[in-house]
Amino acid sequence: MLKFTEDHEWVRVEGEIGTVGISDYAQEQLGDVVFVELPDIGKTIAKGDEAAVVESVKAASEVYAPVEGEVTQVNEALNDNPGLINSDAQGDGWFLKIKVTDASQLEALMDEAAYKAYVEGLG
Amino acid sequence: MNRQGRPTHTHVGKGPEDTFTGDRGLMAEAKLIFEQDSPGACGVDLPRRDGPASTRLGNVPVRSHVGLPDLAEPRAVRHYTRLSQKNMSIDGQMYPLGSCTMKHNPRLNEKLARLPGFADLHPLQPLSTVQGALELIDTLAHWLKTLTGMPAVAMSPGAGAHGELCGMMAIRAAIDDRGETRTRVLVPESAHGTNPATAAALGFTVDTIKATDDGRVDLAAFKDRLGPDVAAIMLTNPNTCGLFERDIIDIADALHEAGGYFYCDGANFNAIVGKVRPGDLGVDAMHINLHKTFSTPHGGGGPGSGPVVLSDALAPFAPVPFVVHGPDGFRLVEHHGQDGEAEKSFGRMKGFHGQMGMFVRALAYMLSHGADGLRQASEDAVLNANYVLAGLQDKLTASFPGPCMHEALFDDRFLKGTGVGTLDLAKALIDEGFHPMTMYFPLVVHGALLIEPTESESRETLDRFIATLRHLADRAHDEDGAEAFLSAPHHTPRRRLDETAAARQPILRWTPETTQQEAAE
Repeated sequence: MLKFTEDHEWVRVEGEIGTVGISDYAQEQLGDVVFVELPDIGKTIAKGDEAAVVESVKAASEVYAPVEGEVTQVNEALNDNPGLINSDAQGDGWFLKIKVTDASQLEALMDEAAYKAYVEGLG
Repeated sequence: MNRQGRPTHTHVGKGPEDTFTGDRGLMAEAKLIFEQDSPGACGVDLPRRDGPASTRLGNVPVRSHVGLPDLAEPRAVRHYTRLSQKNMSIDGQMYPLGSCTMKHNPRLNEKLARLPGFADLHPLQPLSTVQGALELIDTLAHWLKTLTGMPAVAMSPGAGAHGELCGMMAIRAAIDDRGETRTRVLVPESAHGTNPATAAALGFTVDTIKATDDGRVDLAAFKDRLGPDVAAIMLTNPNTCGLFERDIIDIADALHEAGGYFYCDGANFNAIVGKVRPGDLGVDAMHINLHKTFSTPHGGGGPGSGPVVLSDALAPFAPVPFVVHGPDGFRLVEHHGQDGEAEKSFGRMKGFHGQMGMFVRALAYMLSHGADGLRQASEDAVLNANYVLAGLQDKLTASFPGPCMHEALFDDRFLKGTGVGTLDLAKALIDEGFHPMTMYFPLVVHGALLIEPTESESRETLDRFIATLRHLADRAHDEDGAEAFLSAPHHTPRRRLDETAAARQPILRWTPETTQQEAAE
């Protein structure tokens, strides 16, 4: 199940591995993504700390870890084709996979319906 | 596209508006300078050299053809003159690029900077031969200290971000000197983007302070973040929403009580010169962009210059070199502990003494305006920005309730539902003969349009600019509005550029179609 943060990251947890990316709303706000900086594999990132950087024609933004975990994999395909984030933000445009250390942190995140309502509230 | 990254077919002579040459009157299709290579052509007659061609360039052996084109002087002059005419410039158009302060560069500054006694100096000349130049640096330093109410100034930083680095290095040196470890730097959302970058470059952890709904630092949030590990705050005032940080003294007091230092980004000092002295607000370090506030050319016209004023607490850590005045005239302190001075200096951050050419221009600006003139320039800059705000706020959407300081900030709510974005509006503004405003910055508002007219613009120009933006805002709501905007600009040497492709697949190096030069040698 997809869970969202107020900073527009999503995480999908399968087993103990969480896949992290930015929401479709976020990619639309950023515009064409031109560069992505991904973390080193093996790095442990606390919830809310910077996990990656995404740069578009408009702005550079940090991507924060929705939950704490150790980076197990990064989406190398983004280095050659950052446009994947625009074409499929919540699928092929994923950023990284982390081994989630504390699954209870997921409970504080929004589900898809709650996130949709949150985004609509942003006007 | 070819390897030069240009459209392949520029000279298709089809419609009646197309020309045989591809040039369109004053809009010339310039070839790259490398493509204009005319072997043997030269701007000057050099003595004939006997013997074989040199195989060394200075001390370095020449491995291959350098590849510089041979051109006669008229052709080189024509090339660069034409190129310059393809760009908008402060000498050609209103250039309301928010946060950049593209004010007029007075020609008197240029005349004085070209005096041979300044223009022909070498930084390694004996001090006895450059007393006038050192006095000029000292006099400029005096003006900067007086205008800011600060006791010391480091003149050498080369531009704004370099000045930030200088100020933050002084802060780090002061903390080290106290034997403390402070790792965190607080940066409000309303600060310039270079502020967090500077802190991060020095190894500090950046802690962002949220902005309030009225575009200022959230004082309560700031106080919550204070602690014994906070080295400094980096705050821009007036901030990048064009607003004065009204809690600035409370911020400084709370910070100092917690043992931190106050770095103020002085890029917007041009709004308050002669009105407010940063020293009175509790600032410990602030850079001053001579190339913004004091009218020296920038944005392609010249180098920046970013002197940093320092409080008593930070002055001992200032970088070398600096000018001092003694019984034997002016001299430079170049090293740690030289003549018992600069013992705590954090070191040197630039080869020589700073941007001398900009010092001459900035002082010329100060002396030609006088203290009252500088104050009036600030007042007029703020007045002009508020004139633009008042002229547009019923048509565009102002992000915060007015009045503003030297720049007016709008967001893209007024474009909602039109299919036209901030970028498209900016492109249409180019067609109307204006350089666009700053777009998508600051990030705290959506689709930002940040307009800084500066004091240089006349009321007539401002009226024309306002009328144009009002027209464009209406036009965006027309049925065919989006169509017209999305294809803008229509009246430029190149139409809409593909910024995405330029960022994703930049062509950074020109390569000749053939590389036969070597064979000819």
